[in-house]
Amino acid sequence: MSIEVQQITKKYGEQLAVNDISFTISKGEIVGFLGPNGAGKSTTMKILTCFIPPSSGTARVCGFDTGDNSLQVRQKVGYLPEHNPLYLDMYVKEYLAFAAELGGVNKVRKRVAEIVDLTNLGREQHKKLKQLSKGYRQRVGLAQAMIHDPEVLILDEPTSGLDPNQVVEIRDLIKTLGKEKTIMLSTHIMQEVEAICDRVIIIDKGNIVADDKLANLRNNRQGSVIVRVQFGTRVTPEDLLTIQGCMSAKETGENTWKLEGNFDGFRAAVSQFALGRNLEVLELVTEKNSLEEIFRTLTGHVGHL
Amino acid sequence: MWVIYKKEIRSFLSSLIAYVVMVVFLLATGLFMWIIKGTTVFDLGVASMQVMFDIAPYIFIFLVSAVTMRSFSEERRLGTIETLTTRPVSDMGIIMGKYLACVTLVLFALLPTLVYYYSVHQLGDPVGNVDTGSMWGSYFGLLWLGAAYASIGIFASAVTDNQIVALILSMAVCLFFYMLIGMVGDIKALDSIGKSVEWFGLDYHYDSLSRGVLDTRDVLYFASFSALFIWFTKLVFESRKW
Repeated sequence: MSIEVQQITKKYGEQLAVNDISFTISKGEIVGFLGPNGAGKSTTMKILTCFIPPSSGTARVCGFDTGDNSLQVRQKVGYLPEHNPLYLDMYVKEYLAFAAELGGVNKVRKRVAEIVDLTNLGREQHKKLKQLSKGYRQRVGLAQAMIHDPEVLILDEPTSGLDPNQVVEIRDLIKTLGKEKTIMLSTHIMQEVEAICDRVIIIDKGNIVADDKLANLRNNRQGSVIVRVQFGTRVTPEDLLTIQGCMSAKETGENTWKLEGNFDGFRAAVSQFALGRNLEVLELVTEKNSLEEIFRTLTGHVGHL
Repeated sequence: MWVIYKKEIRSFLSSLIAYVVMVVFLLATGLFMWIIKGTTVFDLGVASMQVMFDIAPYIFIFLVSAVTMRSFSEERRLGTIETLTTRPVSDMGIIMGKYLACVTLVLFALLPTLVYYYSVHQLGDPVGNVDTGSMWGSYFGLLWLGAAYASIGIFASAVTDNQIVALILSMAVCLFFYMLIGMVGDIKALDSIGKSVEWFGLDYHYDSLSRGVLDTRDVLYFASFSALFIWFTKLVFESRKW
């Protein structure tokens, strides 16, 4: 196991930031840590990187405890904090060399050259950090996190504040890295998880509300099937509700309906219904439960409890 | 520790802090030794650097505090404290690296003033008629005093992420230990208690070293004083974990 978190709770004074969460991440996984702002994502990451200790519970990285074997944990972990703090007065290479030396790298020069190559910083390597654009700064942030070749990468909102092109670049970079490393990245952007991650952990108000593979999460959500259908003529909702297993019908456009059914063969049932009434069907598709919707249901409801 | 030390020294050099500190110290002490009427070597008519050694502790209070104020404040303000403390280095390594870099800068601020020593040496009648023992004692004391100030400054910097607050706090604490404690000894009513309080002041031990007698008790005092404030710094630094 690369990361094992057992019943971690973190309180800031009276405020509960993380509430008794447990999860494990095995080697080589790319896990998205998803949640609204203030859900406890950063706090969990800070605990895993030994920046702050948990109020109770234990966290282990590559078998080392974050409290008792903090130095070993820090050797195994590469960390990109939120907002990517950098010494703005340093040169790119100077900073990376500093990070490499602190990380105990033997051949500093060679390693810096390697990482500059990997993160495509070649053109900017002789500049000062404050002269870099946000996208390049983020690359430096990733570079410093990986410089000591850690097994685990913990990235706190690695693409926040970047323009769409930069976002794609950074995502590709993370995906390339993910082939060799265990990566845990936090975000509040759904597409990001869909684009990069194998698995997603959704956290809200300090509690884990979902922890599953993306595909499972989409398919199994409450067993409901959403079917979008467009008829050629007018149909009443009362008629539609007579379809076997139909739980709700909502008109979304001209003669276009969003139907929610409670069993897998629901689409066939809709088709049967149309044939039976001799209705013209222009479109009939099953909609996957979008991650965004899952996210909203999960985090929205918890809030009202 | 040495990685941090190297980085700090480089940042002193690249941000001009090092040069400014050296030049300001040289100029300020030079003013009192050679230019301001009433205090110069010529006015006193004695080939000694006493003027410089009297004034330097006060100039140091300002300069050393200015050098140390950014060491932790800036890391906290930039947020780099998070990348720094999540790397495989101990807290003590970080603190000592920064502390020793500041002490090194103090040493380098003192070096150019050897020019004044040479001048005074030449002015002596006959040439070379200088109390060398007292002079080296004073240099030695000044270095230890700078180290003690640096430990106070590092501590002040760890307390706040505002550099100005760190500067003022550091200067206040330095002044307290250099001036105020010594003043207690002057209060007649306190008599012998006052004298023993005086022993805790930095100036007491600095003056003692300045006489040219290398007393291990004074050195021990300075070393423990610095160690104490470094320990305080460590406590404050670790408070993020509370």
